[in-house]
Amino acid sequence: MKILVVMKQVPDLADELEISDDGNSLDPDAVTWVLNEFDDHALEEALQLKDALGGSVAALALGSEAVDKALFTALAKGADEAKKVGEFEGGVSSHVAAEAFAAAIGGMEYDLILTGVQAIDDLDGQVGPLLATKLEIPHVSVVTHVEVSGDAKSVTVHQEYAGGVLAEFEVDLPAVLGIQAARATPRYAPVSRVRQLQKEASLETIDGAPSGTSGLEVERLFVPETGGHAEMIEGDEDEAAEKIVNILEERGLLPK
Amino acid sequence: MSNDIFVLIEHRDGVVAETSFELIGKAKELAGESGGAAVAVILGDGAATLTGKLGAADRAIVIDGPGVAQFTPTGYTAALKPVLGEHEPLLMLFPNSAVGMDVAAGLSQAADLPLAAYAVDLKLADGQPVVTSQVYGGKINAEMKFTKGRGIVTVIAGSFPADAGQQDGSPEIQSVSTDASDSRVRFKKLIAPEAGDVDITKESVLVSVGRGVEEEDNIELAQELADALGGAVSASRPVVDAGWLPKTRQVGKSGLKVKPKLYLAVGISGAPEHLEGMRDAELIIAVNSDENAPIFSVAHYGVVGDLFDLLPSLTEKIQERVG
Repeated sequence: MKILVVMKQVPDLADELEISDDGNSLDPDAVTWVLNEFDDHALEEALQLKDALGGSVAALALGSEAVDKALFTALAKGADEAKKVGEFEGGVSSHVAAEAFAAAIGGMEYDLILTGVQAIDDLDGQVGPLLATKLEIPHVSVVTHVEVSGDAKSVTVHQEYAGGVLAEFEVDLPAVLGIQAARATPRYAPVSRVRQLQKEASLETIDGAPSGTSGLEVERLFVPETGGHAEMIEGDEDEAAEKIVNILEERGLLPK
Repeated sequence: MSNDIFVLIEHRDGVVAETSFELIGKAKELAGESGGAAVAVILGDGAATLTGKLGAADRAIVIDGPGVAQFTPTGYTAALKPVLGEHEPLLMLFPNSAVGMDVAAGLSQAADLPLAAYAVDLKLADGQPVVTSQVYGGKINAEMKFTKGRGIVTVIAGSFPADAGQQDGSPEIQSVSTDASDSRVRFKKLIAPEAGDVDITKESVLVSVGRGVEEEDNIELAQELADALGGAVSASRPVVDAGWLPKTRQVGKSGLKVKPKLYLAVGISGAPEHLEGMRDAELIIAVNSDENAPIFSVAHYGVVGDLFDLLPSLTEKIQERVG
């Protein structure tokens, strides 16, 4: 089974995000790029399938300076190949990303494409279904379970709904699955191994240029005004705990 | 082309999803401004009987055919594409659910219509839709227009009141039978969630843990606090994905919706998917190390601090007070 994992970088939410002076994009200088956490689950699920059934895993990401580390990390975790598609700096719309991935993947052999169910910046929809439709293959999103059939011609997947209800689908391969959660916590790659690969291995680059458009015009970005904000409880942890207990007591929320 | 606002009605097991009513309500408001109609679009087994719940819509399009008896991403997309092509509505609204995500993005590509995802607000300006979407984990909103003035939107649950879209009685019905099908994805069955040891929807006090607890062993700190308060421990998605707590304890979009008297959110940043499941709790107290965490926008009280110090202290003080 040949599995492709389609990955993208997103701004790290641990950092304070700043809006550019133009008002409709993020200040690139204030952004640290990290791998989309759901793509990490997609990679883990791919590696688990490979561990169980054999085959190969290739990780693909849109080319940028920041993406190298994510691709070397994928290799360190057990991916057989890591490929950079074109040159894309900064945020890329999902439609443009899907277009570039579709062009790159068009000439490849594969049975299954896994990607993260969503990303924190995919304003114009999720890459998985866009890519699948572009490639004219089926897709299922919000997938929490993947089982390959005995003849490796289809997969049985679970799609998750509100309240924990699942739908079971049988999907002909090749297909794109948007992974919500891998069967196991994404594995850890030792930093030393990633560094070693960065020195020794090289990433394959596939030509590609931005093409297509989201069809959206972002007028402005803004920090949402919320209906309210929590009343902040000051003091060290002990003092804060004391104040919380007082609040709970006043409201009759302590056990009688 | 029309100024109609279409809404995909999501239903499962003979029940129309609450989000569908939220969208119908908003569609009515927008259609009133655009001079079009609010049109409910419903597919699949049981669709014809469920139209009796869609009285708030001006019209319903019931799409029936063997290929759409049960929801599949590809089947719905294949059946909806010609309907959108024929009517060319100003907007087609989908819930930002698994169904909505799959079909909206699939249609966007297949029908070459732009898609604005994660919407929390919608309005018209000079007759053109303006969509406000929530991105970056709820930290930033984006206000957008469609370059060509019309498109598809997926809306986050809870963005609009459901009341405005809830009215018994059937609207005018247009039946469409379709032979569209895409058997590459085949529905097999629905699987109900396993019953857990604790029903978090019935607990009046929840101590809910998120990624900030860092390790499985630290959940014990939350359990001790929950015990002291006579409540239960719930969690956000990452904790359940990691296997530290069962799925039955998950609060949020793909978990359960809870409304306890007290919701103590510990180490939960407050992504939109989580807020969807707990924002109606009577009292929300949040503890997080990041003062900018979105959870503080829905919490009544907040503490910026280290949960590993705060939780034991809180447990001890409650035990002292309760005696």
